[in-house]
Amino acid sequence: MTMHTAGAHAEHGEDIYGERAFGFWIYLMTDAIIFALLFATYIVMLPGTAGGPGPDTLFSLPRAAGETALLLVSSMTFGFATLSMLAGKRGAVLGWLAVTFVLGLGFIAMEISEFTGMIAMDAGPDRSGFLSSFFALVGTHGLHVSMGMLWIVVLAAQVMTKGLTAPVKSRLFRLGLFWHFLDIVWVGIFSIVYLPGVM
Amino acid sequence: MEHAADGQGHSLKNYVIGFVLAVLLTAIPFGLVAFGGLPRQTTFIIIAVAAVAQVCVHLRFFLHLGFSSTPRENLLALAFAGVLIFLMVGGSLWIMFDLDYRHGM
Repeated sequence: MTMHTAGAHAEHGEDIYGERAFGFWIYLMTDAIIFALLFATYIVMLPGTAGGPGPDTLFSLPRAAGETALLLVSSMTFGFATLSMLAGKRGAVLGWLAVTFVLGLGFIAMEISEFTGMIAMDAGPDRSGFLSSFFALVGTHGLHVSMGMLWIVVLAAQVMTKGLTAPVKSRLFRLGLFWHFLDIVWVGIFSIVYLPGVM
Repeated sequence: MEHAADGQGHSLKNYVIGFVLAVLLTAIPFGLVAFGGLPRQTTFIIIAVAAVAQVCVHLRFFLHLGFSSTPRENLLALAFAGVLIFLMVGGSLWIMFDLDYRHGM
C-alpha cells in the first residue's frame, strides 16, 4: 500500500494540513473500531429474534444491491471531485460534489424506505435483540452518510464563496477520506448483514 | 491550482481501476447469492474473501488519495486499529459463543 502526502508536498509551510489529515485519520480509525464492535454485536445477536422476523424474511437482495451500487458510484464521483480539485477546476468540483450528494441522497432514501417498511410490519428496533443490533449497525452507518452529505453542502458553499484555497482544499481531502471510509464500512454491511441474511 | 494530477495516485486511471475491481468484487458475491448453486459454506467463504479483497482495493485505490501526513504514522494507526479490532471483536465473539455453548450443556 502506498500512501503519500498530498497537500503537504504541493506547497511548503503547510504542515498544519498534514497534521489535520493525520488527526482525522486517527478519528476514522476510532470510528472503524465503533463499527467493528457494532458488527460483533450484530453477529452475537443474530439468533436473538425473540420469535419475531429474521434476516431471511426482512432483507431484499435487489435493494441491498441498489444501495451498494449508489454508494460505490458515489465513491467514484467523489474521486472525480478530488481530481477536479487538483486540476483547479472549481466548476467541475461543484458539479461532482452535486452528483455525489444526489447519489448519497438516493442511498439514504432507499434506507429510510427499508427502515419504515420494517417498522410498519412490526420489525422495528424494539422487536428483538437481533433487530436492535441491526438498526444500531445500519442506522449508525446511515447517520454517517447523512452527516457526510451535510458536510458536502457546507464545503460546496465554501468552494463557491472562498474558492479552492489551501484550507478549503485540505477540508475537501478530509471529506474524501470520510466518504471513501463509509463505502468500506458498507462492504462489511452487505457482506455480513445482507448477503448471509438472504442466503 | 498549478499542480495538476501528480504521480501519487491522483489519477483518473487509478480511480477507474479501483472502481472496476470493486464492481467485480461486489458482483461475484451478489451473483453467487442470487443464483445459488454452491454449497452454503463455500458461498460464505467466497463472500468473506471478496469482502477482504474489496476493502484492500478501496484502501489502495480510493483512500490513499487523501493522505497528507507521513505514511508511517498513518500505517501505524491503521495497524493499531486492526489489533484493537481483532482483540475486541475476536474476544467478544469467542466469549459469547463459548457462553452460548456452555448454556446448551
